[in-house]
Amino acid sequence: MSAALTQREVDVAVIGGGPAGVAAAFAARKEGAAKVVVFERDWEAGGILQQCIHPGFGLHTFGEELTGPEYMDRYLKLARESGVEFDLNTMVFQMDPPTLEGSGKQASFWTMNPQRGIERVKAKSVVLAMGCRERPAGALGIAGSRPAGVYTAGTAQRFVNMEGFMPGKKVVIMGTGDIGLIMARRMMLEGAEVVAVFEIMPWVSGLRRNIAQCLDDFGIPYYLEYNVCELHGKDRLEGVSVVQIDKNRKPVDGTLRFVGCDTLLLAVGLIPENELSKMAGLKLDSSTNGPVVNEFLQTSEECIFAAGNVVVVYDLVDFVSQQGERAGRSAALYAMRKLEKGPRDFQVETSPEIRVISPQKLSGGEDVTLFLRVAQPVEGRCRLYADPGIYSQNLRYARPGEMNEVKVSAEKLRALPSDVNSIKIGLEVL
Amino acid sequence: MALLEETKKFLCVSCPVGCSLSVTVRGTDVLNVEGNTCPRGVTYAENEVANPVRTFTSTVRVNGASLPVCPVRSKEPLPLVKVFSVTREVAKVKVDAPLSIGQVLIENVCGTGTDIIASRSLGKI
Repeated sequence: MSAALTQREVDVAVIGGGPAGVAAAFAARKEGAAKVVVFERDWEAGGILQQCIHPGFGLHTFGEELTGPEYMDRYLKLARESGVEFDLNTMVFQMDPPTLEGSGKQASFWTMNPQRGIERVKAKSVVLAMGCRERPAGALGIAGSRPAGVYTAGTAQRFVNMEGFMPGKKVVIMGTGDIGLIMARRMMLEGAEVVAVFEIMPWVSGLRRNIAQCLDDFGIPYYLEYNVCELHGKDRLEGVSVVQIDKNRKPVDGTLRFVGCDTLLLAVGLIPENELSKMAGLKLDSSTNGPVVNEFLQTSEECIFAAGNVVVVYDLVDFVSQQGERAGRSAALYAMRKLEKGPRDFQVETSPEIRVISPQKLSGGEDVTLFLRVAQPVEGRCRLYADPGIYSQNLRYARPGEMNEVKVSAEKLRALPSDVNSIKIGLEVL
Repeated sequence: MALLEETKKFLCVSCPVGCSLSVTVRGTDVLNVEGNTCPRGVTYAENEVANPVRTFTSTVRVNGASLPVCPVRSKEPLPLVKVFSVTREVAKVKVDAPLSIGQVLIENVCGTGTDIIASRSLGKI
């Protein structure tokens, strides 16, 4: 067999059919891009929301509280009606650095599909929407044996909510990420016993309302500054050792104890999935672990845009969709050679109180919402600001588990003196 | 004997903001709510004092679909105390594909006055 490799051309290619990708594709069509294709490796679009069957999605976007599949159903309808094409069962496995094409650049990547085999796609612009992955057990260095029964919370969520399997009967949860809390409740409802949740940090990393409605409602205890330090069991997990830790993350003498369980779920962080971004040669940010972007969600390669959890891990899908739409609109304009960047080139800098921020570059071309996470909780009045003097807002508190927003107009940015080339975002305790 | 006034603390779960509510009550009467940033906080506090309610979600078994289970939800929030009875009732149900989003699968589940509905569509294979 020596069939010639198929080469396809599209205007806007969206990689990943989750909430960010679907919103981006919809917005790209709405903006006027002719051929918009979503490349999705799964058999259906929707991404992680298809397994997030709990309510709490869409309050910002649709003004009502929906479950994940319901939220996705609405967005998919919008995208299909607008003429977005979906390439399902299609994995993008290679991305090339963009090349010059006329007055701009052009992206190129490679896909694999069971029917059509390997194809090369050339796109006038691309939106990266690959989302994120869970930090796995192997990244934690837990001592002891390696029995069955240790899963990331999201894997367990897929088993229970989509495959119809229960991963275990007696569960310990490590970490207070939202998926772990949601799964604590889910496992209880499915008849499992959830013994406890242990968190290494002195604060909860998920939303506080999930502590209330997933743990407190069901009488599940949680312990802060506790580490799960050892796994026990030969074939199947029989229990874990936990130990209290001090401010320097050292074990506290006399606090080591055994907790019996057959299942350990890990909810210890999400990491943006940027293998393709690296292949394309994009500049990545070491604090967000995602591409460096500007207010158009344009990366360091002008024809490649990015949105959603591949850029920075968000708390709410509503923000992911919002950012998806922004990236899709920008990508469509770029494909039509109509994207006009602003006249300035600001680098966004942060004070030590801020741990992550996105976007990192601003050109004053469009009004922008900067999303940030503080490094440590501030339980009391504080002031979030953007210097020199373009934003100031008093807050009742600031917590790492809940993103903050800084909204800045393009007009204000453009009006800054010409010798200003950085914007400093900071937090001060009042 | 007259009921005493007391202050209860709740964390409002109406939206992701998660306001800390300080609620002054006498029996099941809410006299004052503080700490809320929107009117939903007051409704939430009143429900928490009288009869806490939550939107219930789970899955039901499906025959003949591309997935073995279909996600379901209660159309309206239902009493928190009924959650385990409802989950046992939902576990008994097995439905045939196709299913369409919003389709009623159990009417007036456990006498709560609300229905269990499919929260996604699933085609027949």
